Amino acid sequence: MRIGVFVCHCGLNIAGVIDVKKVAEEAKKIPGVVFSESYIYMCSEPGQKLVENTIKKYKLDGVVVANCSPSLHERTFRNVAARAGLNPYRVEIANIREQVAWPHEDVPEEATKKAIKVVEATVRRVKKNMALIPAKIPVNKKALVIGGGIAGIQAALDIADGGYEVYLVEKTPTIGGKMILLSETFPTLDCPQCIETPKMTDVSQNPRIHLMTYSEIEDVSGYVGNFKVRVRHKASYVDWSKCLGCGDCVKACPIKGIPSEVNRGLSDRKAIYIPFEQAVPLVPVIDAERCTKLLYEKKVAEGRIKKPSKPVKVCEKCQDACEPKAINFEDVDRIEEIEVGAIIVATGFELMPIENLPEYGGGKIPDVIDGLQFERLLCASGPTSGTPRRPSDGKIPETVAFVHCAGSRDPAHGVAYCSRICCMYLAKQAYIYRHFVHNGKAFLFYIDIRSNGKGYEEFVQRAKEEEGIVFIRGKVSKIFQRGDKVVLWGADTLTGERIELEVDLVVLGTAMVPSYGVKELASKLRIPTDIYGWLQEAHLKLRPLETVTAGVFIAGAAQFPKDITDTVSQASGAAGKVLALFSKPELTREPTIAQADIEVCAGCGFCRDVCAYDAITIDPKRKVSVVNEAVCEGCGACSAACPSGAMTLKNLAKTQVFDMVEVATEDYE
Amino acid sequence: MKIAYYPGCTLKSTAKNFEISAIAVAKELGIEFVELSRWNCCGTVYSMTSDDVIHQLAPIRNLIRVKEDGFEKVVILCSMCFNTLKRANLLVQRDREKLGKINDFMYLENIDYAGDVEVLHFLEILRDEVGWDEIRKHVKNPLNGLVFAPYYGCLLVRPPEVAIDNVEMPYVLDRLFESLGAKAIDYPYSTECCGAYNTVSNPDIVLDRTYTMVNLARQQGADAIILSCPLCDFNLETRQKKVMEKYPDFHPLPVLYFTQIMAVAFGLPEDTYGFEYNPINPEGIFKKAGERL
Repeated sequence: MRIGVFVCHCGLNIAGVIDVKKVAEEAKKIPGVVFSESYIYMCSEPGQKLVENTIKKYKLDGVVVANCSPSLHERTFRNVAARAGLNPYRVEIANIREQVAWPHEDVPEEATKKAIKVVEATVRRVKKNMALIPAKIPVNKKALVIGGGIAGIQAALDIADGGYEVYLVEKTPTIGGKMILLSETFPTLDCPQCIETPKMTDVSQNPRIHLMTYSEIEDVSGYVGNFKVRVRHKASYVDWSKCLGCGDCVKACPIKGIPSEVNRGLSDRKAIYIPFEQAVPLVPVIDAERCTKLLYEKKVAEGRIKKPSKPVKVCEKCQDACEPKAINFEDVDRIEEIEVGAIIVATGFELMPIENLPEYGGGKIPDVIDGLQFERLLCASGPTSGTPRRPSDGKIPETVAFVHCAGSRDPAHGVAYCSRICCMYLAKQAYIYRHFVHNGKAFLFYIDIRSNGKGYEEFVQRAKEEEGIVFIRGKVSKIFQRGDKVVLWGADTLTGERIELEVDLVVLGTAMVPSYGVKELASKLRIPTDIYGWLQEAHLKLRPLETVTAGVFIAGAAQFPKDITDTVSQASGAAGKVLALFSKPELTREPTIAQADIEVCAGCGFCRDVCAYDAITIDPKRKVSVVNEAVCEGCGACSAACPSGAMTLKNLAKTQVFDMVEVATEDYE
Repeated sequence: MKIAYYPGCTLKSTAKNFEISAIAVAKELGIEFVELSRWNCCGTVYSMTSDDVIHQLAPIRNLIRVKEDGFEKVVILCSMCFNTLKRANLLVQRDREKLGKINDFMYLENIDYAGDVEVLHFLEILRDEVGWDEIRKHVKNPLNGLVFAPYYGCLLVRPPEVAIDNVEMPYVLDRLFESLGAKAIDYPYSTECCGAYNTVSNPDIVLDRTYTMVNLARQQGADAIILSCPLCDFNLETRQKKVMEKYPDFHPLPVLYFTQIMAVAFGLPEDTYGFEYNPINPEGIFKKAGERL
């Protein structure tokens, strides 16, 4: 064996603690090592050149780079090896930064000893490394975007612009998401009806985008480049191919008083409804839980009402009113199977229910509402046509209090994080409110104002200075009803005074939480969520758009609260990732994956059961494990679970692990 | 149903009206309170010093008495006794080392305590075991038209791990009022501190708080404040006399234990109401209820 060891100083990150020169000297004594050297930044151009030239000069057949985590520079040095003509999988990283220098900075001598051991163990591993060749798999060049908010819309449009087909699946009857509910957007005060509706129309008119509204993901199988997805089209009881979107059915429907989802309960809708006038597609759906006819049919089907001997005409007013005969009471859910190569999850967010904030009278006091409800009240297409009227009596409020961090940054409410957009949207709402009600007073209770976006701080200053909005630094402790007023108790932490404030309306900047049902979706997609339920990115800094499951990307607030600017940027970024995937004729996959020795394997299936990626099947004829190399992520769980030792991870076989353990435990015998 | 009953000292002295009415109400609902054959002070205030084990002896000894008398559950009326016993119980359930220390110290007791007694407040029994519908069935004189301020103070809902209800907005008293035919006001002070033992050392603090809290209850339309803690009752009711001296504009407002209004609504004999122990005579409000009927 001819192994080279390259010890990186990482500036002072490693060299400040570890005696790197000594590590390089000691490495020379390890059997099989023919070259050992340290350098200040091994990842820099001269450092890489050193490695490349040494491989050539010394005809190395194995390389150990002692530096930072393999997640940072393993790829870098494997590429160097490839350039020098060495199989990249003969290169391994000895992590002496995150695992040695940083945790042991107070005991430098011990750290140096440990670093030497880590290097020696890695050398032992490399000795048994195989020269691997990446697998190649074909790609189905169609994409699936889940979620029809602004993130999903942008991602779908970008992929379609790149020349590929996209399925856009949205669970509600229309695309547009939360953005279309807003009055105006900070800090430019564009109205979403002006800037988002054109994009919604683009989606519906783009021949490469297959729009599937009122649909949900039933299940997902397959792997990157080759996903099979079953989509459930929920019964709408309206034949959308015939429907003209005239709304005659809605006018005819006698069932009123159902809280409107779009207006967040501030107005009513009917049992058959079109979400709003700019909906895409502009078609109605029937709410089967509320429609007289469908409820009757259900009861008959369940045998709760005796089936009449001759047909009885229950309410069919919508059907009677429909000129093109689009109403179909016989409609059922349909399952459609689609095949795609990549998936973008853009399922967005919800607001924490105000009922979770009983100290603020949430759900009890009618004039305590959440941020999205106030957006609807300020929105020209909202229930009050943009005139802010309070829910209890319809009066235009003369004083409004805005409560920041209602639930956010509050572990007692299960939300330790900052929801990021509330500071800006509450300032914006106060601003718009003041433009409607010139003599109105707006008070904002904040912990601190987080206005860290382009033009954001300027907007907040304008709100303070030009609009006379009162910013009070302090939390609100309690909100209650007194007569027809709402009273807030709080503190002004700048003056140190307790405050009691009587207002007409309170707007709570409630915490953003993940969309309902996203956990189930994530498990269908085999992607993890964090402790709050936000979708987990592969790496927060360097792979924020990817998930650990290859071919599944994330965009928008499904990952974490973000504003429209960031959401759209991320959506385009995720679309770019998909386009990059589609730009190659076939995919290469890391070959450091599991492999079953079929001579030993008894087909017990333990490996299949522990596999988080569904990468293992048991061949029914041969009764042995088969690893799908396109799906396996090389985590090693199967290898650990295998009772017979048949399952190994390539280049991390049990013999290699034992060799490394032997080195690590030598002194402790 | 028979249940062990721990009274605590105030129920036998200044808060006799609480005990008399509670036992009568429980009997009406088919619950027999079996007073512990022996009991001592609850410990008064739960000690929060982490190495202070000696102050946990009193509450734990009472829990040993429950086991001695052959019960698994104990009902408490006084909020403070409830809080102290339940928290001490929780402490030894979570910290077996301290439990061992306490048992070792009390080696003369016949039983080693194992943390297995369930400490319940009477309101929990009414809500979870009796149920509002059952209570409604026993109402003979509905309190229609009466409006009450529900007052929990701190001890029934804090800290969250011993709370009998939602910490920020408890509503068990609201439900009770409704099943008796009365209504609850939105009372923001319902979980505020009454001033507690400041009534001894800094009575002015308590007088000011009582002035504000009673006035707000009145402003919100309450006919009386309803509570379950003798100390809160002392500060909110007994102290009203001094409040009147300090603030001539102050008008007294009746303050009652929740069991007293239950006894009235159930139409139990008048000697179970215990109104003679209430410094502010509440009889007037019930007459009002009659008139409104």
